Amino acid sequence: MAILNQTACQMRDALRRRDLTVADAAEACLQAIERLDPTVAAFVATDAAAVRRRAAEIDARLDAGDDVGLLAGVPVAVKDNMCTADALPTSCGSRILDGWRAPYNAHVVERLLAEGAVIIGKTNMDEFAMGSSTEHSYFGPTHNPWDPETVPGGSSGGSAAAVAARMVPLALGSDTGGSIRQPGSLCGVVGMKPTYGLVSRYGLVAFASSLDQIGPLARTVGDAALLLQAVAGHDARDSTSADQPVPDYLAALDEPLEPLRIGVPKQFFTEGLDPEVARLVRDAIGVYERLGAKVVEVDLPHATDYAIATYYIVAPSEASSNLARYDGVHYGYRASEHADMIDMYMRSRSEGFGDEVKRRIMLGTFALSSGYYDAYYKKALRVRRLVRRDFDEAFEKVDCLMGPTSPTPAFRIGERVENPLAMYLSDLFTVGANMSAIAGISVPCGFTAAGLPVGLQILTGVFSEDRLLRIARMVERETDWAACRPPLCEASA
Amino acid sequence: MGLSTPEVLHVAHLGRIHLADDEVEKFADQLSTIVDYVNQLSELDTEGVEPLAHALPIHNALRADEPKPGLSTDEALGGAPDAAGGFFRVPRVIDDGSSA
Repeated sequence: MAILNQTACQMRDALRRRDLTVADAAEACLQAIERLDPTVAAFVATDAAAVRRRAAEIDARLDAGDDVGLLAGVPVAVKDNMCTADALPTSCGSRILDGWRAPYNAHVVERLLAEGAVIIGKTNMDEFAMGSSTEHSYFGPTHNPWDPETVPGGSSGGSAAAVAARMVPLALGSDTGGSIRQPGSLCGVVGMKPTYGLVSRYGLVAFASSLDQIGPLARTVGDAALLLQAVAGHDARDSTSADQPVPDYLAALDEPLEPLRIGVPKQFFTEGLDPEVARLVRDAIGVYERLGAKVVEVDLPHATDYAIATYYIVAPSEASSNLARYDGVHYGYRASEHADMIDMYMRSRSEGFGDEVKRRIMLGTFALSSGYYDAYYKKALRVRRLVRRDFDEAFEKVDCLMGPTSPTPAFRIGERVENPLAMYLSDLFTVGANMSAIAGISVPCGFTAAGLPVGLQILTGVFSEDRLLRIARMVERETDWAACRPPLCEASA
Repeated sequence: MGLSTPEVLHVAHLGRIHLADDEVEKFADQLSTIVDYVNQLSELDTEGVEPLAHALPIHNALRADEPKPGLSTDEALGGAPDAAGGFFRVPRVIDDGSSA
């Protein structure tokens, strides 16, 4: 499958030169999905006929010499919480939206279509983006391509696995507490959460409105930059969308940032950190030192445990409000037996939602309820300001922060699913960035002895994606982790 | 401290979620563990710290009050579990004393 061993940028160039047809690229993806997805289960919906029609349309326009767009003919997968109006349902990993057809496209989907991408399918996710393993999907878990008995991470596990298994070169995910970066790390791919407000949330099914952000998953930093370029930018339909110009992320990508000051938060290297993860991440930071960067330890007292505690009040609170709309009235699942209206709400929601969603709705309802609102929700918002301050103060001294993306490599399917708190601590290093709105990326930095990927997380201040990508590119250029292929790709090639 | 069973049943009811009898204890235990964990925030002195609901200072993103096309009735009813006459059809809301 030589086609799918190319990066998205290489594919895009080959398609433009007409060395490769869109039909062949799309067909390669469909065949890879047919071969590998029975094991990986990254996709929840594909429509081969629609893919072939779209590929033919783009081929015709490229043959006519049209400039079709940034992603002309490149196959892309979309996480199933982004509205796709035509062939594919939008189910959010939930029974309550199983089979739902969105009446409009998300902004990011409009952008993909406008830039000539071929949307191959929708990917599996933790229900309503609540989870760190993709085990909380109504459609069953996705399996990590590097070891199918382990999780791909979550909640964008389907998107990360689809890219890691080379079923597609690019995928969109969403990140509320780490849901792009952590699966990126566990699947050995690049996963990036842009600054809050950079990418429109119009058509992204809401989980936590002050935290949700859409971002790219890809095998290389350049590919992530390409996808980000296609979807970033102001959208008046999202009132939280930042109204500022988007730089050219690809233009200076190969220029290293010099001088570079790196802060390593001491809270990111705790006792609970897997020793192999610690070593691989420190080695990656060592690469930057050899390139001339200055590395200093910094202190972010609120960025980890307190940030998790804050997150698991704020996010469920926002979710309890956002998910109130699923009541069996307007769309989605309605229970067949009910005594009256309230009973219909209760049965539809109880039968339609999985356990993790119920837990978070209850947690959020608790935190917002009379008598607890000040001690929980309001307190959490005050601590959120302390978390934000920690990052602001750090960025006065350093250009970026580095550490592990995830405390551990991929854990076994079933290992944490009955222990919510253990699952929540997967996000220990990622939630701070969502609370503070800053940008973050996970880049592959090696494998454990068991062959499981480890990711280096890099964080920069708001609206600094161009610098973040250049910093990420520095370690990628000195190492070659992106060339590694999961064993299951070799086995069936 | 955690959450008592009556508290769990109360928040479930507020969230319009029905918990089966054999689920209540499991959820109560899990939620209590989580609430105990988040209680560590009380260790922090936040005197004089303003709540931060939104990490970016975007305010009042308004547009001119000009009508624009939205979803048609058919599009809006397209996903409805039950619809009739251009409306979403739902169980009786107002109890006028007559039987269901």
